[in-house]
Amino acid sequence: MSVWRTPGGGRIDRTQRRKFRFDGRDYQGVAGDTLASALLANGVHLVGRSFKYHRPRGLLSAGAEEPNGLVTVRRDAARVTPNLRATQVELYEGLDALSQNRWPSLQFDVGRINDWLSPLFPAGFYYKTFMWPKGAWKSLYEPVIRRAAGLGVAPTEPDPDRYAQCYAHCDVLVAGGGAAGLAAALAAADEGARVILCDEQNEFGGALLSDPQATINGAGGQAWVDQALAELSANPRVTLLARTTAFGYFPHNLLGLNERLTDHLSAPPAGRARERLWQVRARSVVLATGAIERPVVFPGNDRPGILLAGAARTFLNRYGVRVGTRAVLVTAGDDAYQAALDLHAAGVSIAAVADLRPQAEGALPTAARRAGIEVLTSATVLGTLGGLRVNEIVLGELDGTGGVRRKRTVRCDAVLMSGGYTPSVHLFSQSRGKLAWNEPLQAFLPDRSAERERSVGACRGIYDLAGVIDDGFAAGAEAASGRSGRRRSVSAHSAGGDGSAFLGAVPLAGASSDKSFVDWQHDVTVKDLLLATREGFRSIEHVKRFTTTGMATDQGKTSNLNALSIVAGALEVPIPQVGLTSFRMPYTPTTFGSFAGASRGDLFDPVRKTPMHDWAATEGAVFEDVGLWKRARYFPRGGEGMHEAVARECLAVRSACGIFDASTLGKIEVVGADAAEFLNRLYVNNWSNLAVGRCRYGILCREDGFVYDDGVVARLAPDRFHVTTTTGGAARVLAMMEDYRQTEWPELAVWLASTTEQWAVIAVQGPKSRDLLQGLVEDIDIGAAALPHMSVAHGRICGVPGMVMRVSFSGELGFEVNVPADYGLGVWRAIHARGEKDITPYGTETMHVLRAEKGYIIVGQDTDGTVTPDDAGLAWAIGKSKADFVGKRSLQRASMHAPMRKQLVGLKSRDGRTILEEGAQVAEIPGQKPPMRLIGHVSSSYYSACLAHPIALALVAGGRARMGTTLYVPMPGGDIEVEVVPPVFYDPSGARIHA
Amino acid sequence: MLLISCPYCGDRPEIEFTYGGQAHLVRPADPSALDDQQWAEYLYMRTNTKGVHAERWRHARGCGRFFNALRDTTTDRFAATYKIGAARPDPAASEPTPGTAR
Amino acid sequence: MLEPLARIPPAFSSTSWMNPLPPATRLLFFADRAARAAAAGAFPMPVTEEACRAHADGARACLWLGPDEYLLLAPAEPGAARVQAALTAAVGPLPHALVDISHRQVAFEIHGPLAAQILNGACALDLDPAGFPVGMCTRTALAKADVVLWRTEVHRFHVEVWRSFSPYVTALLTEIAGALPAAH
Repeated sequence: MSVWRTPGGGRIDRTQRRKFRFDGRDYQGVAGDTLASALLANGVHLVGRSFKYHRPRGLLSAGAEEPNGLVTVRRDAARVTPNLRATQVELYEGLDALSQNRWPSLQFDVGRINDWLSPLFPAGFYYKTFMWPKGAWKSLYEPVIRRAAGLGVAPTEPDPDRYAQCYAHCDVLVAGGGAAGLAAALAAADEGARVILCDEQNEFGGALLSDPQATINGAGGQAWVDQALAELSANPRVTLLARTTAFGYFPHNLLGLNERLTDHLSAPPAGRARERLWQVRARSVVLATGAIERPVVFPGNDRPGILLAGAARTFLNRYGVRVGTRAVLVTAGDDAYQAALDLHAAGVSIAAVADLRPQAEGALPTAARRAGIEVLTSATVLGTLGGLRVNEIVLGELDGTGGVRRKRTVRCDAVLMSGGYTPSVHLFSQSRGKLAWNEPLQAFLPDRSAERERSVGACRGIYDLAGVIDDGFAAGAEAASGRSGRRRSVSAHSAGGDGSAFLGAVPLAGASSDKSFVDWQHDVTVKDLLLATREGFRSIEHVKRFTTTGMATDQGKTSNLNALSIVAGALEVPIPQVGLTSFRMPYTPTTFGSFAGASRGDLFDPVRKTPMHDWAATEGAVFEDVGLWKRARYFPRGGEGMHEAVARECLAVRSACGIFDASTLGKIEVVGADAAEFLNRLYVNNWSNLAVGRCRYGILCREDGFVYDDGVVARLAPDRFHVTTTTGGAARVLAMMEDYRQTEWPELAVWLASTTEQWAVIAVQGPKSRDLLQGLVEDIDIGAAALPHMSVAHGRICGVPGMVMRVSFSGELGFEVNVPADYGLGVWRAIHARGEKDITPYGTETMHVLRAEKGYIIVGQDTDGTVTPDDAGLAWAIGKSKADFVGKRSLQRASMHAPMRKQLVGLKSRDGRTILEEGAQVAEIPGQKPPMRLIGHVSSSYYSACLAHPIALALVAGGRARMGTTLYVPMPGGDIEVEVVPPVFYDPSGARIHA
Repeated sequence: MLLISCPYCGDRPEIEFTYGGQAHLVRPADPSALDDQQWAEYLYMRTNTKGVHAERWRHARGCGRFFNALRDTTTDRFAATYKIGAARPDPAASEPTPGTAR
Repeated sequence: MLEPLARIPPAFSSTSWMNPLPPATRLLFFADRAARAAAAGAFPMPVTEEACRAHADGARACLWLGPDEYLLLAPAEPGAARVQAALTAAVGPLPHALVDISHRQVAFEIHGPLAAQILNGACALDLDPAGFPVGMCTRTALAKADVVLWRTEVHRFHVEVWRSFSPYVTALLTEIAGALPAAH
């Protein structure tokens, strides 16, 4: 054991040695250590370089609030976690940690030059200086500054670990497992409540873990903790979550908890989740989040070896580590004397106590004096000295008139400081609870709750142990039962709890040439804050953004109140008037993996496949994503590229027969006596005169008159319609229909059901399609007379009950065979086998070309939410006799008929070979320089193998009046001349679909 | 994630719901009788309430029903949820109490 | 008459806590109280108006999905058309609608002492038996998929999911189960 490690006591096991590595050097700690305590046990105080000035930094705290000791922990090339607080990293055998923000090494860091040059780097420096030239910020200044002033480096490889998530519910969620939280959980469990108790540390107990003097019911505090835990873990309605940070408080009592499952293990079992994200919905919440000790702001207060008094006490009592051999305490309250007393008892020489108060006559100061410790009152700190570790502190005695009476330099290797406590109101504030300033405690405390929530113990300014436990019992019982009255009580005692506080900079701090730090992590000093007020910033929200105080990853846990106080002092207003910045989740940084959970890789999104997907995959189809669906795009053969395959597939459909999987098409069954009336009110078409067994192309507008969706609608029975929608529109069309059905026309007897996945849809298209299907269908006459274009018939297909729709999106004679989905693959195979050499499977790309040749639009490609049916050339579909339908009134507006509206037209490249780019703009005047006058854009463009020239659809202002004229598509290589033609390129008479 | 009380299914997490905009707008019986200005009012003009707002929600991933809710837009607190067709309730009468202030 | 083809439902793998259920007849039944009362002669119907409750009678069940929407489950044979015909005859002229969705979705069971815990890896509902008792059913979300969840026993849930979402849902639940402490 080193000189720093005590011989006994604490929550560590000295017999279990743990080897670890820091910045490439090997060290040894023991089981129960954090990385921080293990480093201190090896005499290592220097753990990082500061953000901006690269000053050497040591550990300031022993907990979540740590601003300096940020490290990267590395398990392998992919398992690299930056920005961890060394005070929270549990030591395991073989731990490999690196310091951050230094180059080339912690001991010698060239960035330190920033500290000497610091007059050049006041607050706002970056904003003011790197303004010119304009482009340089992104390319030059920002990358350099980011490298110089950075945190850890993100891992470059994908995170191989597994992250779990779960939802949970409880009656009472207790955040924080210190004395107050344990008491609240006990009392809530007494009421029979379902309780979840979580704590960010590896053990429950909170401050009691570091407080050997505490007594509860006559025994040690730890005994009470053990007893409470035994009781809670025996209760099946209580869930205890250690190593679990309540990081976010969301509306309606939903809390986010991050449970760390394996980070403390030397060799995490393969496959075990690293973390689990809990989303807990609690009927009531008890916040027992404790308080954080505040540093004292004095010149040179950031040297390694200078740390919070409570932290020194925690390192000693919990981890068995002395933070130095000769310490000075700087305090403004009685509590911190206990740290000096504890260290003194452990053999650390206490060189002096500098008490900022004029008097220190409480029990603890008295005990300190009795122990032979020199106590200086009316003291201030004028500076510190030391390179990589503090070695002297300069103290002064205030003369009461703004000067210093005596100045003393005290040799030391540790300075303990305490400005009192800041209640941890982060979660309370996140819950939108209102805080109120408490003048005696000099703290913001929870005032008005926004949620069913209670704060207990130190986080609401109760610091004495008996009071804390009492508060926990009362709140736990109340949270569980909704009424006051409790069954438990204790007698308890611990040192301190006087609640005295000191805010802001010590007197005469400004007289020193050294910096007095307020925000350690962002290197914000008193001078920076004063500069902000001189620059005219009045609100703390603005001061914060100008100086970046409180904006580091620690969210100002140790700095916010000191900053507020300094700003308030400079502005000569009370602290509450300066305001308080909002606390945001997460309380401490939380891994992305935890938020992602299982939603990565194959599980990121559902992948929807049709019943025939595997067949297409076997045939070598290339798939494309359409929403969540995988759709076969084309079926390349023997080394074909997309264009060759699509050309072949197109020609096959036009000359023989193609087979296409249309299963993803949205389908909605509209059923009920008022089904036709319902569709009349929604769609632009007239449905009353659609006979049973017939189909019609339907257009659905929004109330604003613009095309929302389209599809073929089949009337299966007087009271039953089979409505198809676009693949992407299926869900939103059904939602829109339900909206009108439920909220506007509840009187109609009509119901809606999605049948998209009920049916496998096999499109068989081409001049040979009828011949091919003959013999596969029973009880259905698919002859031209019996089943004309746009009709539907029920019967058996390949022995399977289904329906055949004679519809065509290709412009050829075509059928869409609908069979129940489980039969889709079998029927597909049967049709394909029957077709032999005459049938060609084709994909969505070919489908697109075929429909474009016919001028059929794709909603969302040839329309964009500003296209009316008439703009798309579909005015013929509108039921003229109908008094009303969704969108009709908007279509009556004069502007909807303006002649210069963009209208759908065809475009042909004059050179007969250039394929236009989809999205390209269209101009009337050639040779324009930007800004050009543009009159439309290309919405669809393909090479038509069947026509042997490129085709395009475009929306062009006044397009229909421009037939035969020449327009220009400006491209980087110059204008492309195009001729405006009707959008139907192929078989304009429609003879082929009626074959 | 809000906790929303579906009038049919009870308290459910927000992910089961879709938002439906301002409530109590009724589609005119004869839109053609409206002039452009009146139609635009119906179609586009919405209140932007700070405070208790009557709005539509749909329990889309549950019972599928649309319903109305009174929600305070500043606190996200729901004062009431009620079925389509029901009158807007008095929010003061049914305001739930949050946790006691301490 | 052609040889009837075999049904090919989406493939599922069984685990110790999950097993696929065989193909079934599924009908959506939209009906008010009067129509349901009339239908009761042809199919088991709940007697109460209680939301989110399933009424099971042997191999047939009627699940409340919405105030006028019910999911009827029956064995695959003799098929949806027969059930539909019987119901149509029973309900007569009363307003209602029936839609065959037998192939739209598939079903599987999650069972065993970890069933609720596994589901809660992706389902945000409180599955404590006190809040979600045996016999309760509801449409809800499992991560990014919609399902119908029906608790048939304390440790057994019947899950209905649209067929194309079934690989996602079963893979997701498998991942969740694999990450539970009990799996290690």
